[in-house]
Amino acid sequence: MVRILSQTKSAAVNPLKSSQPLGAAFAFLGVDGAMPLFHGSQGCTSFALVLFVRHFKETIPLQTTAMDEVATILGGADHLEQAILNLKTRTKPKLIGVCTTALVETRGEDSASHITNIKLKRAEELAGTEVVLANTPDFDGAIEEGWAKAVTAMIEGITRPGEQARQLKKIAILPGWNLTVADIEHLREMVESFGLKPVILPDVSGSLDGTVPDRWVPTTYGGTSVEDIRELGTAVQCIVIGEHMRHPAEVLQRLTGVTYVLFQSLTGLKGVDRFVSLLSAISGAAVPAGVRRRRAQLQDALLDGHFHFGGKKIAIAAEPDQLYQLATFFIGMGSEIAAAVTTTGTSKILEKVPAESVQVGDLGDLEGLAASADLLVTHSHGRQAAERLGIPLMRVGFPVFDRLGSQHKLTILYQGTRDLIFEVANIFQANQHAPTPEALDPFRKREMPDELRSSPLARH
Amino acid sequence: MSLFNAKIQDVFNEPACQKNQGKDAKARNKGCSKPLTPGAAAGGCAFDGAKIVLQPITDVAHLIHAPLACEGNSWDNRGTASSGPTLWRTSFTTDLTELDVVMGQGERKLFKAIREIKEAYAPPAIFVYSACVTALIGDDIEAVCKRAAEKFGLPVVPVNAPGLVGSKNLGNKLAGEALLDHVIGTVEPDDAGPYDINILGEFNLSGEFWLVKPLLDRLGIRVRASIPGDARYLDVASAHRARATMMVCSTALINLARKMEERWDIPLFEGSFYGITDTSEALRQIAGLLVKKGADPELLDRTETLIAEEEAIGWKKLEAYRRRLQGKRVLLNTGGVKSWSVVHALMEIGIEIVGTSVKKSTVEDKERLKQILKDENHMFESLAPRELYAMLSEHKADIMLSGGRTQFIALKAKIPWLDINQERQHPYAGYDGMVELVRQIDLAIHNPIWCQVREPAPWDCQPAVKDELPSTKSETATVHAFKKFAGTTADDFGEC
Repeated sequence: MVRILSQTKSAAVNPLKSSQPLGAAFAFLGVDGAMPLFHGSQGCTSFALVLFVRHFKETIPLQTTAMDEVATILGGADHLEQAILNLKTRTKPKLIGVCTTALVETRGEDSASHITNIKLKRAEELAGTEVVLANTPDFDGAIEEGWAKAVTAMIEGITRPGEQARQLKKIAILPGWNLTVADIEHLREMVESFGLKPVILPDVSGSLDGTVPDRWVPTTYGGTSVEDIRELGTAVQCIVIGEHMRHPAEVLQRLTGVTYVLFQSLTGLKGVDRFVSLLSAISGAAVPAGVRRRRAQLQDALLDGHFHFGGKKIAIAAEPDQLYQLATFFIGMGSEIAAAVTTTGTSKILEKVPAESVQVGDLGDLEGLAASADLLVTHSHGRQAAERLGIPLMRVGFPVFDRLGSQHKLTILYQGTRDLIFEVANIFQANQHAPTPEALDPFRKREMPDELRSSPLARH
Repeated sequence: MSLFNAKIQDVFNEPACQKNQGKDAKARNKGCSKPLTPGAAAGGCAFDGAKIVLQPITDVAHLIHAPLACEGNSWDNRGTASSGPTLWRTSFTTDLTELDVVMGQGERKLFKAIREIKEAYAPPAIFVYSACVTALIGDDIEAVCKRAAEKFGLPVVPVNAPGLVGSKNLGNKLAGEALLDHVIGTVEPDDAGPYDINILGEFNLSGEFWLVKPLLDRLGIRVRASIPGDARYLDVASAHRARATMMVCSTALINLARKMEERWDIPLFEGSFYGITDTSEALRQIAGLLVKKGADPELLDRTETLIAEEEAIGWKKLEAYRRRLQGKRVLLNTGGVKSWSVVHALMEIGIEIVGTSVKKSTVEDKERLKQILKDENHMFESLAPRELYAMLSEHKADIMLSGGRTQFIALKAKIPWLDINQERQHPYAGYDGMVELVRQIDLAIHNPIWCQVREPAPWDCQPAVKDELPSTKSETATVHAFKKFAGTTADDFGEC
């Protein structure tokens, strides 16, 4: 069984994490007409905003309650109220998603009751705008936790509770944050191809897909509609992608009775088969020809690609669900996981990561563990480590700021798995070392320890 | 906190600040921080400002004592360049957890973190930054730094600028104070000479100072310390032995420059390396101050000769762009025009300035602008994104020069945009830098994508095309029509 090693260093070196409130804001950005609001000092917002912009290359709606020294001492309720009212008048959002930060949480702000009061006192002014709260101190969790908390907050705050008449074709889907814009688009098409009607929360494919609107919109444009969130309880089934989305799914089930099926990963042939079978079972429809075709293409990609994966040592640093998604993908292709680093030790999924150990830590840990690896897999901040180690870097997750189009990269279902195989195989082919007499000389290798797995003949 | 508050007051009272000079005593007492509007605020915090000013010191380990977000969301995000050490790009943070906060383990964790960094990286110094949460829970970073410095035998510099005390600008100045209190003057150089200068507020973005340094080298002028761009700790620590200071970004480090003049009698001037005439003027001033402080007066002549040569080349290079850029309208949206000579040089080759923000400009700046712009209406305090978008989508400018924050307003309005702030990819300093800026403006405006993205889809609003669609009646007509479409190649787009 995998050992989960907790962090023992005092100085984090090259953080892997992005902050929890950033994760929550990310989820709110998947709702139409939304405006995430950080309850903290202006810097908290500014940093997150810049990071989002660097990743998506888009304007990102994100505001701040601008807590200063005085507000920190006297309390932030007034700032919160002012911010909400200002946003309402200036941007007319359908949803204001409040994300708290370490500053107000350390202070011990009771933001929940502040918001209740504000909603009561300002009911008239705030008509037509939902205000929900995610408690997301920076000193806890990372993107996964923030994202899940925001989705939970939206279900608790907006979804109509109680058993409701079910629409037989309607499926609620709660995707984890690690699905890209392209993934969500593809997922929707797949579900629709069975004649089903998916409601996806959050739906970043509508809001962060990089389009050019013909007017200035201060909030998100596109994404899950607030109305759809309200009506989630009429779905016949909920499908959840990623262990971190279990809690929101449970809340939905508790509130509305809609049961859920959880997929820990939709990458890899077997998991997708299970997903497709489920869609077929729910819809009563046969698997469409197009989907079968994609499956056959993936089979072929597995055949063509496996040569490049066998025996390769992969070092991955990612949040727990993405770590699981990628580690199982690489293991499924015949590679081994030389290093697995993650952001938090509490996720249940870590027990299933196919690695000897998972280190809770940072990119400094990854760099230390990856010396003998063939490939680094993490976000753009891994570029320095990759350079120092002389190992290629596959960019995944968030933030990816030094490559374009990461949001349009497909990573799930038959097609996404196929694309991943090609991407990795191409990285290996691009970094192939030509054979040299020195590297192959049998006498030179004598003194090396006999590692069965790393053949001295391997020329990657 | 009282000492700290006094420091903030002191920074706000900066007598050399031109904005301050325009205020009466009462207004000055209030300080410079304008209260932010919750829900309508933009910009970085004091911590951000402090880090911006200090982090480019390349061989120092910068340790952020805070929960994750302060460093985790912001590291490795600025394009300053180093000619040697890379430690400044390695990110260190105590990444405080809930347990650390609740149990009050912050100071202990910080001390251990300093030890770990010292042991693993052996840097010449460690800078420790406080943040909102560590200020709130009362961690005494000064005491920890002092203790660590004694214990580990290296300078450990506290930078006390938690985000909640104010803006980025305040943070810049508090960083300057940290250098004054703990770094500058702590090392005596053994090679001080009459041609040594300091340059303050130069960040070496995209390595642009390397466009200027050879000019100084040619004159035999040595940069004792460039703070912070491409700086080394020891250079900064011995900066008090320079003979003159050039202050590049006045809003950031004016307190540092003035206090260095007070303390060590280093004369200063404010100048800029942006634009042809400003670059010349800067060289002239540097030479002048050095001569005043004892350098050989022949430096003045050599400087004039160099200026004459380089200016001639620069203007000649720029002239080549006149034909392509004459009459083009530029919107400057930078928070404050940083260099007059950029405006001057742009206008010199026939570019029109159709608007500029004056949010951070001084009274004097505004006067100069009035003369240049002729129409005061083209000056604005700050434009709301919606207004800016409207202005651009009505095509009132041919290009916007601004920072990343407003990038997508221009791009979504389908207007060329050029980054002139910290994330930019190109060096703009010195004579060659000015030419590069104009070249980039030319490239941006004349990129062939603009007429592609601005055209609506043919089926949306081109009734003419609709009429020409093949009619099913005649097969020849169909073939004809398809041929017509087939003829529309990418080449055609270039002409529109």
